[in-house]
Amino acid sequence: MRGWRGPPTPALPTRVRETRVGAKRGKVFWFFSSEKNFFVVFRLLLEISSLEAGYGSVQVLWGVDLQMSPGIACLIGANGVGKTTLLRTLSGLLPARAGTIRFCGESLEALRADEILARGVAHVPEGRRLFASLSVEDNLLMGAYQTRSGAKRGLARAYDLFPRLKERRRQDAATLSGGEQQMCAIARGLMSEPRLLLIDELSLGLAPRLVDELAASLRGLPTLGTSVLLVEQDVATALDLAAEGFVLDRGVVTLSGPASALATDARVREAYLGI
Amino acid sequence: MSAVLEVRGLSVRFAGLQALSEVSVVAAAGEVLGLIGPNGAGNTTFINAVSGAVKSRGRVEFEGRDISGLPPYRVARLGLARTYQIVQPFPAMTVLDNVAAGALFCGEGLSLAQARARAEGVLERVGMAAVARVPAASLTLAQRKRLEVAKGLAARPRMLLLDEVNAGLNSTEIEGALALIRSIAAEGITVLLVEHLMKVVSGLCDRVVVLHHGRLIADGTPGDVLADAAVVEAYLGRRYAERAGV
Repeated sequence: MRGWRGPPTPALPTRVRETRVGAKRGKVFWFFSSEKNFFVVFRLLLEISSLEAGYGSVQVLWGVDLQMSPGIACLIGANGVGKTTLLRTLSGLLPARAGTIRFCGESLEALRADEILARGVAHVPEGRRLFASLSVEDNLLMGAYQTRSGAKRGLARAYDLFPRLKERRRQDAATLSGGEQQMCAIARGLMSEPRLLLIDELSLGLAPRLVDELAASLRGLPTLGTSVLLVEQDVATALDLAAEGFVLDRGVVTLSGPASALATDARVREAYLGI
Repeated sequence: MSAVLEVRGLSVRFAGLQALSEVSVVAAAGEVLGLIGPNGAGNTTFINAVSGAVKSRGRVEFEGRDISGLPPYRVARLGLARTYQIVQPFPAMTVLDNVAAGALFCGEGLSLAQARARAEGVLERVGMAAVARVPAASLTLAQRKRLEVAKGLAARPRMLLLDEVNAGLNSTEIEGALALIRSIAAEGITVLLVEHLMKVVSGLCDRVVVLHHGRLIADGTPGDVLADAAVVEAYLGRRYAERAGV
């Protein structure tokens, strides 16, 4: 097991009743209490073992093992190695064929997508997938359909993070520019106040300056209690943003570690940074 | 070099939003012209207006012929093909038939067999022969974007408008994409590409124009344009400028 890097931060509060499983397995590291609640921080947010998945006769994931700490992590790899498939399996859009997914000590692999969302894993799909003909605000509200009470707070947070969306909140989502659509998709993912946000291709189709702005917004998420697992082709940006990284190659994780170490790894530089 | 595409004073208005105002761009024969700008600046709208997919004011000439106001299928049949940023292949059809559809409706009156034969050749060329017989639905996003290029090429155009066809490729994969677009240009097909990957823009384009809030703010070689203070401010951001040492 790898050691925790850095001091404990009050990220990812989970109620104490959920910790029993983790505590039994020795995965809980810190307990601390605020005025009302008793919190616990998991050393490992996400633990994937021997995960297999695919489509029909095509198997894509061939036993993925991955351990993610709270914070921001990135998943890198060439096109077609299974990055999107892994995210889809994590969020329950695709059933796992074998293996286990433990999230904050709970098993996810047999749950439906809505049950996984209820446990705090939200997915921002590749290609945005907004509801055309719904307004921006209605798209955002769709992201909070499981928590009526949190919707108002979620909207305030979304508009705070992306003021552009507030300007356009009554507009049909289909009329947004590509960058605004990406903002809307990320904001929609955040509406359920997830503990883990899966983002597939953050920078796709975005101007360099906007990528920087989005990255800056994401940086603050862990302190708000949301960790991020990011799939990103702009490997330099991804490794800059993330604390840890995983390299996926033909359906298995071939390399993992602190992002700063991956950024200087000769194999990563040659294969993904083109250096 | 003579102008293949000549756009004068192109303006597009969506309800309350002026998406393009008085944009003039000329593309010379055989040129690779980059079109960049912040998201929402009007990049895609420019391609839509030129290809007839949205209504516009102003004048668009292709090979000396006024094509302003023509519907998209007529523009395509004149030899001006385009790709779409939001890719929508026919998901249940094979990749081959998706490309054959591009050849079938380009106005040459090909038979299905001829169109498929041409599609084979195009797929070979763009490096997708291995997936020719799988349904388009099973492609990754980057492959779908490449499929858009293939569909465009199947129409045997003399000019190709590419809307972010390299999005989703990592630095290493971009090299292959650059080679493909270079080979298209080497055939004499004029290329206009909307792109956010600066590696593509600087590595490929002969000239770059920049849109911001629907207006043209720069026009020049990639080196000059990417160092332009207004472009850095509006589009690249300071971090890029610092990394690139501008």
